[in-house]
Parts: sequence; C-alpha cells; structure tokens
Amino acid sequence: MKESLKSRFQDFLVFLDRGRTPYFVSIGLIILGFALVYLSPRSIPGFLVFVFAASSIYWLKMNKAVQLGLAVFLAVVLVPILGARNVFYLEVIFQIAVFSALALGLNIVVGFSGLLNFGYMAFYAVGAYLWAFFGSQQPYLLHSTVTTKALNTPFFLAPDYFYLFIFLGVIVAAILGLILGLPVLRVRGDYLAVITLAFGEIVRQLANNLDKPLNFTNGPQGITPIQRPTMPEGVLNLFNQVIQPVVGHRVTDNQAYNILFYLIALLVVIAVIVITYRLDDSKVGRAWTAIREDELSAGAMGINANKLKLGAFAVGASFAGAMGVLFAASRTFVSPETFTFLQSVGVLTMVILGGIGSITGVIVGATVVTLLNIQVLQSFSLYLSQLRQSEAVIPIIGFHWKNLSNQLDPTKYQRLIFGIVLVIMMIYRPAGLLPAARRKRELGGNPEDKDLEEKGA
Amino acid sequence: MRNFMGSVNVRQILLPIGQMAIFITGAGAVCSGVMLVLALLFRGSGADHILQATQGVGILTYTLNSLPQVLIDGVTIGFVYAAIALGYTMVYGILQFINFAHSEIFAIGAFCGVESLIALNGLGALAKASAMGSFMYLGLALIIGMAAAGGMAVLVERVAYRPLRSSPTLIALISAIGVSFALQDVIRLAESMTSGQFYRVIPTFGNFDEHITLFQIGSTVIDIQVKSVVVILAAVIMLVALNYLVGSTKVGKAIRAVSQDKHTAALMGINVNAMISLTFLVGGSLGGAAGVLYALKFTRIDPFVGFMPGIKAFAAAVLGGIGNLTGALLGGMVLGMIESFAGAYLGTYTMGTFGAEYKDMVAFLILILVIVFRPNGLLGEQISQKA
Repeated sequence: MKESLKSRFQDFLVFLDRGRTPYFVSIGLIILGFALVYLSPRSIPGFLVFVFAASSIYWLKMNKAVQLGLAVFLAVVLVPILGARNVFYLEVIFQIAVFSALALGLNIVVGFSGLLNFGYMAFYAVGAYLWAFFGSQQPYLLHSTVTTKALNTPFFLAPDYFYLFIFLGVIVAAILGLILGLPVLRVRGDYLAVITLAFGEIVRQLANNLDKPLNFTNGPQGITPIQRPTMPEGVLNLFNQVIQPVVGHRVTDNQAYNILFYLIALLVVIAVIVITYRLDDSKVGRAWTAIREDELSAGAMGINANKLKLGAFAVGASFAGAMGVLFAASRTFVSPETFTFLQSVGVLTMVILGGIGSITGVIVGATVVTLLNIQVLQSFSLYLSQLRQSEAVIPIIGFHWKNLSNQLDPTKYQRLIFGIVLVIMMIYRPAGLLPAARRKRELGGNPEDKDLEEKGA
Repeated sequence: MRNFMGSVNVRQILLPIGQMAIFITGAGAVCSGVMLVLALLFRGSGADHILQATQGVGILTYTLNSLPQVLIDGVTIGFVYAAIALGYTMVYGILQFINFAHSEIFAIGAFCGVESLIALNGLGALAKASAMGSFMYLGLALIIGMAAAGGMAVLVERVAYRPLRSSPTLIALISAIGVSFALQDVIRLAESMTSGQFYRVIPTFGNFDEHITLFQIGSTVIDIQVKSVVVILAAVIMLVALNYLVGSTKVGKAIRAVSQDKHTAALMGINVNAMISLTFLVGGSLGGAAGVLYALKFTRIDPFVGFMPGIKAFAAAVLGGIGNLTGALLGGMVLGMIESFAGAYLGTYTMGTFGAEYKDMVAFLILILVIVFRPNGLLGEQISQKA
C-alpha cells in the first residue's frame, strides 16, 4: 500500500513536469492564490497557496523566458496589488526579502567558506545605524543628552541621499567585515565562532552606550524619526489612477511607501542572488570550498587562504550593510534591540534549515523561518488569547483556558523554536532541507568514510 | 588516623588552596598596582578636580580608600566565574568542544535553588530559621541546584551531543547553541506556567545581608558581606573537591585518560561514555552551584541570566588556557578583578564618559585579544588548532 502511494506520487511528479502541464499548473496556482488572497485578505491558507504558487514557478520545468516573465509579473504587478489591499502581507514579503539577503550573506561566510559567524547582525546594525545617523536629526543632537521627543530642526541630509547610502552601507559594512576578518586569519573553528559572537555583542553594546560623550546612537531609546526617500506626487497619483479600481480604495502614502520599499528590497535581493550565483560558480567560489574542506591542501594548491577568507567576510558583510540601510529607512526607527545575538542565531537557523551552501535552500529557509516567526506564531498567539477570553474547558483534565498564564505567548518563544530546529537539523539532517549538491555528497556520507574518520580521530 | 591520612592525598588538597592564594594576591596586586599608577598619573586632571569638588578628596585618596572593597568584590565574582569556567574547561578538555549550553545549565541551577528557597519560605521555614538553620537551608538549595544542573547537563550530552560526536566540531557547536537557546525558553516557559512571572528574587533570610567589619583605616570602614564570605567559602570547597576528584582518585585518572586518548582509554577497560557523562555531571553541578551562589549575591535572576556570566566564564577559561583546571581558576580570578576594577573606576577616571556599563565589553575585548594573540592562555596549555 505504502509503496504504491509512493510510486503514484512519483508518477504525479513526472506528470507535472511533462509537456505543457507545468504551464497550466503554475498559472492556475497563481490565479487561484491571487484570487484567494484578493477575496479574503486575512486568510492564512490563501496566502500559503500564493507562496506555493510563487515557488511553483521555480520548481516546475518550464521555458526559461516564461518562468522569468511569470516571476516578474508576480513580483511587480500582483504582489503590490495584494499588498495595497492588505499591507500585512507586503510586510511579510518585505521581511522575507530582507532575511533572504541576510541569510545569503551569511551563507557566503558559513556555507561557502566554512567560517562560523555568530556576530552577523553587527554588519546589519552598522548599515542601519549609518542611515539612521545621517538620515535623521541626530547629527544636530551630538552634544545633547538622550531625548525621545522629535525636534524642529531640519533633517541633516536630503531624503534622496538614501539611494547613495545603500551603496555606502555596502562599503562601510565590507570594511568592518575586513576588520573582523583580521583575527580570522589566526583563528579557526569554534574559537572563531566565539570571536564573532564577542564582536557582535561589542557592536550592540556600543550602539547601546554611545549616547555619551557624544550622542551618536541615542542609546537604548534608538533613533527616530529616520527619513524615507521622497515619493513624487506625480508617481503616486498615476499609480492611484491605475490601481485604484483594482484595489478598491485610494492607496495612501504609507501603503505606497511599503510598496516602494518592497520593490527596493526585491532589487537588492535579486542583485544579491545574482552575485552569489556568479561567485559560487567562479574561481573564487571553488577556492572557498577548497578552504572549507581542507585549508592546508588548498594552500598547497596555490590558493591564498588569507585573502579569500577576508574576501568572504567582506562580501557577506556587505549584503547585510545594504539591507541595514533599507531596514532603517523602512522602519524610520532603529534601536539596539533589533541586533541581538538571538537575531544572529535566527539568520543562522535560516541558513542551516534550508541547507548550508545551497542558494535555493537558504532562500527557502529564510521564507519558512520568517513565515513561522511573524505569521504562524502570531496567529497561534491570537488563537490562544481568544481561547483565554472564552469559556472553553479542556474536557478530560478540566482545565479552564481562562486560567492559562498570560505569559504564554508563542510569539515570544522564538528561541525555543530556533533551538529545537538547530538541534534536530544537526542530528538528523546536517546538510539542510535542500542540500547543496556538493555538500550532500560530503555529509550524506558513505558509511566507509565515516569509519575511516572515526579511526583517524 | 594514620591510615586515613595515608589514603587521602593531603598535597592534592593543600596545593589548590595555595594556588588560589597565589592567584588572588597576584591578580589583586597587579590590578591595584596598575590602578595606583593610574591614580598618580591622573592627579591634577579633570577627574581629580571633579572629585575634589564633589567629595572633597583627591583622586589618589579616593582610589586608595575604595581599593580594598573593590578587591573583595573582585575576588567574590572571580570565584563565581571560576566555578562556571571549570565546567567549560572540563568539557573542552575531554571532548575538544565548547559546551555553549553551560550558561543555561548555570541558569537552571540558579532557578532550582531559588525556587526551592522560595518554597521553603512559603512554608515559613526560612523566617523561623536560626543562623545555623539558614546556612543549612542554603546548603540544601545548593544541593538541589547542583543536582538539577548536573542532571540536565548529562541529559543534554546524551540527547544533543553524543549523536554528533563523530561529526565536525562546528556541527556539534551549532547543536550546542540550539540547546542553549531552547533551554532559555524552557526555563521561561516553566516559570511563566507555574509562577506567572518572568524573573525570581531570592527570599531574604538569615544574616546574609549583614556586613562584617574587617578593619578600619581612618574614617573608611572596610567590610565584607556575609554572603560574599559564603560565596567564597563554598567556591573554595568545591574547587578543592574537584581538584581532588580529578587529580587523585581512580575516577579522576579515568577522566584524564579519556581526555588524552579515547580509543586507548577504551582499550584499557575504561567506559568512555560513562566518563564523558560523569564529566558533564561534575561540570554541570559546579555550574549549578555557581548559579545558586550568583543568585545569592545578585538576588534577582531571569531566564536569560546565564548568558553574560556564561560568556565571561568562557572568557576566563580561555584566558587561563582552556582544558586546564588551574587555568580556569586563574582566569576567573583575573577576569573578576578586571571587571570589578572597570566597574568601579572607569566612570570616575573618564569623568562619566565611559561608565560601568562598559565592563561587559571589557570581558569581550579580553576574550578577543586572548584568542587572537595568545590562544593557549596564560598557563599555556597546548590546544590543538583543530578546525
């Protein structure tokens, strides 16, 4: 029975990839998902169908041009329309994009070159604080004490410097990556992990404490307001004329900004993906792999390990720097709380869940963890609080939901989830859900190799 | 009597006590010396003027007056760090692996100890307890904390580390991070389900908050809190006991054998898995005891309490030379001193520019500098440059 189910499933997969079926399936799924989310903007199953439809474009075997066309149509037309109807989903997709870029950056360091980095959020923080400082009134407040109220002074820079600062964020984060990279040349393995952890904490504590002698970061209060790039009236009006009939209401400024940030994030992520693919496939990428596998032999083959390790740190950091600038502008607020060790481990969880070193895997990992974090857990929390207000009772043990502790809020238990995911993945599937081809061979392990390793140890 | 003395290796008991005395006086003397030189250099500076204006004393007098108190604080916190650092260093010695979850083992010990004291307080036992009785209850809490933490450490090893023993180190390390995070939330979940609170405060009982006057210079009284004495005494006893266990018992010999070469040790009839479990048990229960002592000293604990002491204790273990028991002691003492000095004087000397909030960062900086420039630590235990 089980066998036949399995073979039927395989037949189904083959059927999906034959002839014109994938086109129909993919387009059908997209229409279905779009319709579901359009009609009931609050339904989670609808959104999941939509996400599934989006991924079907990638997974099914289709003409490259059609795939690209569908993806662009989905990303540039459908998502903004849905986003204007329900901003929450746009937020979810924006976060997925941000974390995908972060996870891809970390993947270069951890996955490609095998250097464990627990302080990755530091680079994100540097990018975010870079724009937060120059894009707010903070430069005028250098000599004042911590304030929370907004001032009447003008902003330090014109809002459109934002675009320049995305590139500056890349450069500054890369330089910081080089600085952190220097100790890397002397340290390996678990000691390196500890150094990066300490580095991440130092950056966070600096953000927390640099409100004196000069008030750079406004301390634990964080910096706000931070400017967003300007939105020309003309574009907004045009956009409204086209999209108002579809959306059903006038798109407000804030919604338009959400769509804008989504599009910028999309651009950055695409750039990051392209760069990562090209790197993976290049001489540099192969050299990273060689260093990861065996540094001594790599050196013997004429690879300059020091230079390449520094490069890995700089490239990985630069992605985070760019996303940090974008994050600061989209939130109009930054505080040290965003850049904790927990967040660094969160990004690491994405990389490991999806598959260390595998680009698709990492994006899937980022999507799954983000969805889990801000959607599944939140709706579970909501459900629990509804139960708490109801008169419901668990039948057998006679437990009143009313008596459930208020502290029991699943959104606050990210650590538990990250932790369990990490342990289970390490024990049962260290190569991740969608392993990189090379990694799979190496960790999937033929049993003889393992034996040898044990004897050698 | 002679028979008893013959079986107990007195040298193994006296040696660590002597070492501790040397480390404390050494670290204290070096730190005080540096501080006094700084005080001399800072005479006539802005910080000096501020002190003259606010407290009416020069910076040299100010430093001299507060020095003994700072030293006592440093020793107290140093012993706590040393007790935690021993857990890291024992596990590293035997498995060449950083047990990241040790900081949460510490927190579990702290919580179990404090919870048992709170329960005793609920029964009214603590309020009625005599001076002797309150020490008994504290001892009980210590034992409960040690048992819980030791048991949890063994469980963690069995579930999360043993399946990964033949994998690359980084895989085990990631698993350890996962355990550490999961345990933080498990503590939090348990606390919020049972007490509905996020943090716990150790009940006040006995005479632990009283001060004992040690000596008096002029008008400044140098005193030490009873609980600091308790912390130091308990830590010293545990450290000596551990040193004895590892250094001169049969089990200790087996542990050392396993840490040198697992395969050969197995061939000699040593049960390697049992020895590794035992290491986790001993290290974990030391961590748990340190947790209870920490709670006694700082009174308030929350589920994330382990992170900072954990990372500092790890820094201490690395500073002393990881894998080396004496090194952990030295590292803990040095780190405790430096932190105590940074916390006390950084704010005054920089005129409030860099306050005591930077003392955590000092520990991180020490960690980075030691790993980069002297990865073998102060005592120079040879560690392998394994990936």
